Amino acid sequence: MQPFSYEKVTNEHDALERARLANATFVAGGTTLLDLMKLNVEVPAALVDINGLPLNQIEDQPDGAIRIGALVRNSDLANDSRIQSRYRVLSQAICAGASAQLRNMATTGGNLMQRTRCYYFRDPVYPCNKRQPGAGCAAIDGYNRIHAILGVSDNCIATHPSDMAVALVALDALVHIRGSNGERVVPITDFHLLPGDTPDRETVVRPGELITYVTLPNRPFGRHSAYVKLRDRASYEFALASAAVALQLEGGTIQGVRVALGGVATKPWRALEAEQVLTGSTANHGTFRKAADAALTGAVPRRYNAYKIELAKRAIVRALTDALPQDL
Amino acid sequence: MATSAVVTRAVALRVNGETARFEVDTRATLLDALREQLQLFGTKKGCDHGQCGACTVHVNGRRVLSCLTLAVMHDSDDIVTIEGIERDGVLHPVQEAFIEHDAFQCGYCTAGQIMSATALLDEPCGPSDDDVREQMSGNLCRCGAYPAIVAAIQAARVRV
Repeated sequence: MQPFSYEKVTNEHDALERARLANATFVAGGTTLLDLMKLNVEVPAALVDINGLPLNQIEDQPDGAIRIGALVRNSDLANDSRIQSRYRVLSQAICAGASAQLRNMATTGGNLMQRTRCYYFRDPVYPCNKRQPGAGCAAIDGYNRIHAILGVSDNCIATHPSDMAVALVALDALVHIRGSNGERVVPITDFHLLPGDTPDRETVVRPGELITYVTLPNRPFGRHSAYVKLRDRASYEFALASAAVALQLEGGTIQGVRVALGGVATKPWRALEAEQVLTGSTANHGTFRKAADAALTGAVPRRYNAYKIELAKRAIVRALTDALPQDL
Repeated sequence: MATSAVVTRAVALRVNGETARFEVDTRATLLDALREQLQLFGTKKGCDHGQCGACTVHVNGRRVLSCLTLAVMHDSDDIVTIEGIERDGVLHPVQEAFIEHDAFQCGYCTAGQIMSATALLDEPCGPSDDDVREQMSGNLCRCGAYPAIVAAIQAARVRV
């Protein structure tokens, strides 16, 4: 690991000041950052420790929204009674990710910033456009079983690894970003970027900017929601395919819905095509399957990951089924 | 590429109830500081990448992976390692249960398993063996002592 300077800050002003240092990086939970520093994939010159900032509360807002501080640990968020009752899918998604120890460390803001598990990205021996723009992609013609089939480009097919962020897409979450010019609020669907020609740019966060909060707006479909994650082992593994869904029902009719996918796309993926099929339709298996088919029409499989198309469809159908109220 | 010289910091960690003051390289993980500087070899380095759980310790009462956090980040934090859970020569009930149920083979993962299990006693966790398996999934045992580990934890949960 390369040497780096270290400073712990206790207010946002100092955090933003320190972040202006050349090649400075914020550290909170550190679970992705330190892992990648040991692999020489991340090589910061300065670490700015933000664990002392007052951003660790989950707060009810006057309009019924919930505001989550960027430093709220994944375990605290998943175990919060308000999240469990009103935003079930978020609690489920977080608990489906990582391990109890990692969830005690990982933060809300850090989860949004976590990097891909693409093994070519994680190993500097291989070319990777995300790690070194223009170097090429070892995954496209390599062993791409874990890679993305949605949102891919000719430069990158790395999968976004988060479970939490997929649930946030289904909940219309907003990300608050603080910079030297003040705060801006970005919808979660705009927060992560498609790889396109610049797979090294993964989010709209600019150097020196700090994620401060994530807000869950007061939406009618949080209660009937579910997360289904399919993976190589039963626990402590990244998704091969996952689905987060949230339903607003009137009798047996779907009034409003969100469908988001993980494990199959280059960013937490909102499946608008599936939502269009579902909206106004009767909630039943046939409709769910049609929606799942629609969600995957744009899939671009490679040599080893075509199986993800059917896997993702089944995740969607199962998540929609799980989200239905017991009495329907 | 960072080319600056090694950076060190003075830290004071509270480890197993005693304050330890020392200079630490900013790059040192909590795991390496515990083992190499405080000579607490009970905490094990398995994968060093947060994938095995062998390095599990408690920080301020919560179980974390000491390989994925820097020692310098824990100035004045309360750290408990496997060396700190017995009291006056009396083993922790989880330690007793691990012995009674033969919940290890080679023993390399055991410190991490026990530190996870002692934390689990105070966490939300359902009653079933499956619930315990899920909450313990961050601790791998390559000998495959899982059935005995789950049995030991269930026995300890009844006792504590």
